[in-house]
This record gives sequence, C-alpha cells and structure tokens, in this order.
Amino acid sequence: MKTLLSLKNVDVFYGRIHAVRRATLHVRQGEIVALIGGNGAGKTTMLCTISGLNRPGQGSILFGEEELTRRSPEQIVRAGISHVPEGRLVFSPLSVEDNLRLGAYTRPRFRDRAAIAEDLETMYAMFPVLRERRAQAAGTLSGGEQQMLAIGRALMARPRMLLLDEPGMGLAPLVVRDIFRHIVELRDRLGLTVLLVEQNAKSALKIADRGYVLENGRVILQGSAAELLANRDVQRAYLGREQD
Amino acid sequence: MDPSSLLQYLITGLTLGSTYGLTALGFTIIFNTTGVINFAQGEFVMLGGMMSVYFTRVLGLGEPVAVVLAVVGATVAGALVERLAIRPVRDCPTINLIIITIGVSILIRGLAMLAWGKDTHVLEPFSGDRPIMVLGAAVMPQALWVLAVSLLLLAGLKAFFSGTIHGKAMLACSHDPKAASLVGIGVQRMVLLSFMISALVGAVGGVILTPITMTSYDVGIMLGLKGFAACILGGLGNPFGAAAGGVILGVLESLGAGFVSSAYKDALAFVILLALLFVKPSGLFGLKDTKRV
Ligand SMILES: Nc1ncnc2c1ncn2[C@@H]1O[C@H](COP(=O)(O)OP(=O)(O)O)[C@@H](O)[C@H]1O
Ligand SMILES: [Mg+2]
Repeated sequence: MKTLLSLKNVDVFYGRIHAVRRATLHVRQGEIVALIGGNGAGKTTMLCTISGLNRPGQGSILFGEEELTRRSPEQIVRAGISHVPEGRLVFSPLSVEDNLRLGAYTRPRFRDRAAIAEDLETMYAMFPVLRERRAQAAGTLSGGEQQMLAIGRALMARPRMLLLDEPGMGLAPLVVRDIFRHIVELRDRLGLTVLLVEQNAKSALKIADRGYVLENGRVILQGSAAELLANRDVQRAYLGREQD
Repeated sequence: MDPSSLLQYLITGLTLGSTYGLTALGFTIIFNTTGVINFAQGEFVMLGGMMSVYFTRVLGLGEPVAVVLAVVGATVAGALVERLAIRPVRDCPTINLIIITIGVSILIRGLAMLAWGKDTHVLEPFSGDRPIMVLGAAVMPQALWVLAVSLLLLAGLKAFFSGTIHGKAMLACSHDPKAASLVGIGVQRMVLLSFMISALVGAVGGVILTPITMTSYDVGIMLGLKGFAACILGGLGNPFGAAAGGVILGVLESLGAGFVSSAYKDALAFVILLALLFVKPSGLFGLKDTKRV
C-alpha cells in the first residue's frame, strides 16, 4: 500500500521546550497506526502539528502529494485529515446535531446538501445514541457519548485520515472497547486511515497494524503491532500497568 | 404621582434602554468570540449618528440613504479596527488587547473631532415629530422607530446565531476556538465578523437614537459606558442578558430622572450597577460559571 502521511525530521517547540525532536514516521493508506508513549512524551503535540494547530520548527509533513507543513488547520481539514482532539472538545452549549453539522463546515453547503444529510444519517446509524439525543446540548452527554460525537463530528468532513487522541481517556473499559470496535469498523468499511494515540497501549496495539513508541519527543522504537506487543521494553514501560 | 407621567417615563426609559441594549449586545458579541471588552464600542455608536449627519448635511443625501450608508460605514470601521489594531497583535494577552481598544476609541474620537468639529448635531426624526398620545403620554414617532428597529435587530441576531451555520460557527469559536479550528472554521475570520456585527449593531443604535438625543464626536464615551454597565448588569457574555440589562438600565435611569432629579441621571446607572455587583457579582442573568479558557 502507498504511503498516505509522512513526517520527516519534524521538530516542534513551545518557547524553549523542545516537545518533538526530529520525528520521522509514516502511515500507509488504510492502516491503523498506534502512537504510544508516557505522559508528556509529545503525542498530542505530534497530532496537533499534523493538524496545523502547532507549527513545526523544522521538518516536513506530506499528505499524499500535498505539502502540509505550514498550512492552516482549515486547509488541512480540506485536504482530508480530521483530528479528534484530546479531551473530545465537543461544543457543549450547541446541540448534538449542530456539532455534527459543524463537522461538515468546510464542505460546500448547497452542492453537498444531500450528501451532508446522508452522512448525518450514517452517523446516527453508527451511533444510535446520538440520534436519540440529537436535540440535546452536547455538554449533557456522558463521556463515552461525547467521544462518539467528537468522532462523528470529525467524520462529517469526509476525511481520508483520522487522528485520534486518547479516545478511551476516562471511559469505562466496556465503552472503550465499543469505541475501538468502531475505529476498526471505520477502517474496514470506509477505508479510513487512522493514526491513534492511546494511553492504553495494549488495546491500541491490539487493533493497530503498526506502532511507534515516543519518549521525550523522540521516536525510540517502531514496528508491527505484534512486534511491539512482544517487545520486552515496551511491555515493561507501557503494558505492565494495564489493569489500573 | 400620576399614571400618565409614569407611563411617559417608562416609554422614555424603554427608548433609551433599547439603545443601551444594542450597545451592550455589541460588547457581548466581541467578548464572546475573543474574550476582549471592546472599549471602542461606544465609538461605533457615535460613528453611526455622526456619519448620518455628515451624509445628510454635507453631502445632501436623503435621510434613508444616509442612514444606510452610515451603518455600512461604521461596519467597515469595525472591520478596519479588527484588521489594523487587533489582528496584528492577536497572540497578546487579552488585557493588552483591551487596552488597545481604549487607544482605538481615543483615536476614532480624535479623528471624528478633526473631521466634523466639536459641535452638537441633530438628525431629523424619521417620521416627523408630531407626538402620538397614548393614555395621556406623548410618544414621539422616533421612539417607536427605536423600539421597532431594536426588536427587529434582536430577532435578526437570534436568527443568525441559532439558525445559520455561520452563526453557530461563531458560537463554536467562542466556546472552543481550538475545536473550532479543527473542524475548519477560520477563527480569525470569525473574529473579523464579530467586530463587523458589533459595529453594525452599535451604529444602528446610534442612528436611531440621534434624532432624540443629538450627537457629537464624544457621545461614544457615555454611551459606551452605559452599554458596558448594561452588559455587566445582565451578566457578561449573555446576549439576552445584555439586551435586558440595557432596557432595565434605561427605565431606571428615566424613572430616577423623573422622580428624583435629572442631575443624577448618569450617576444612577453606575450606582445601580455597583449595588447589584455587591449582591450578585455574575450579573442578573449571568451564569454561575464565568470561567473562560
Ligand atoms: N501549550 C504548551 N505550552 C508549553 N508546553 C507544552 C504545551 N503543551 C505541551 N507542552 C509540553 O510539551 C511536552 C509534550 O506534551 P504533550 O504533547 O501534551 O504530551 P503527551 O500528549 O504525550 O502527553 C510536555 O513536556 C508538555 O509539558
Ligand atoms: Mg496528550
């Protein structure tokens, strides 16, 4: 399969903090790639740099043939990458349906009217609880429901690639399993490419094809998901405390 | 007191209060998208009135055309303020931006004085000045204009914010700019839009009020302060609180002027405001949670 996203020697700074150091990674079309690492390793920074919220100090980011390195978040959404941020960040005062519709903000409203309505139906079919709560303020949803809404909102842009930042954070194990099942389904059914950041490294590696391990902003290890799951260092550092 | 003079004061209060409410709405719209209190809001109100005067007097345009042009002019001024004064320093802390708006207000006032002098001007009432008698109170036709236009504008804003995708995008920006960028909303464009809408709303207030209270280059100071007071009274950040705060302020002021003394009219607004803030710091309709991220 051909490479869809690639980062080459990307550096990101917050003032004097060097949060991502010469990171190089790639994601192929249709892959689920896990990005794992401890707290403060730079995972969120990496995703935000891909989606344009952070500007890289150096390096290049390529999406298909397109150079994304200094594009705005808006241009990057239009190019086909949707980012589901850490903490979900739904628009809590707005209704569930408005949140989903805002996900389609970059699409031509009149030309795509029918397609947007259809996609809305697809989201409701995928997450029936969102249909039940369509008129409710997003802030009143449970954590799991908000996560589904955040994913649905990102999908409404019809992305080719999804960036997911800790979708399981703070959720009950059963809910996390449900969300991960949806992620696999999105890839299998829609051919979506996924870059997944997860604290819960084991469940992430279980659904991933490949993975990268980040430490202090550096990629220190990479390989197939099976290799990483079997790796002693990974087991000790990231898989050991799975039952917390 | 006799009922007809009470009614008279109420109507005067509602009229004044509507324009305070519009000014307060202007503050709210910018505050909600940027967290900035725009102290040049009163200047947008002044520009609406002064430009109407200029277009009718100096250019000899008919009043309807002049009024529309004045509102358009003030809206452009709002866009310029955002582009020239706010955007270049958008990453600065909010407090710096607020201080910049104070500077902008002084600049606009100065330019208005240079261009149009220090005189006080009047504008012809839109439909004559023969009062309509209602239950013994004399209602000026202009007061009806003020009330009707304010209500219309309020309804228009409501329709924009809760009925259009761009309105919702602006709400989304004010709630969470980061998440808004991630769905592809151009946050800076929304900030520009909020300055234009605020200027428009303020200018409309200025235009409809001028036939009643007259105007000069410096009316923006007091109107801005009153609008700001109305905003705080209603609860900062809540558009309908702002409109209601304006009306309440206008009515109390008018009753105070009528029954106590008109000498203390302007001070009254601030006394009420302070009293309220002691009792309920988040304002009448303020949310408990006033945290902004
Ligand atoms: N907005 C910010 N300003 C300054 N430093 C930051 C900011 N965001 C993150 N950092 C720092 O950058 C490093 C990487 O953070 P982050 O990308 O959030 O890690 P992770 O998502 O892997 O937990 C950390 O040291 C963190 O303290
Ligand atoms: Mg993180």
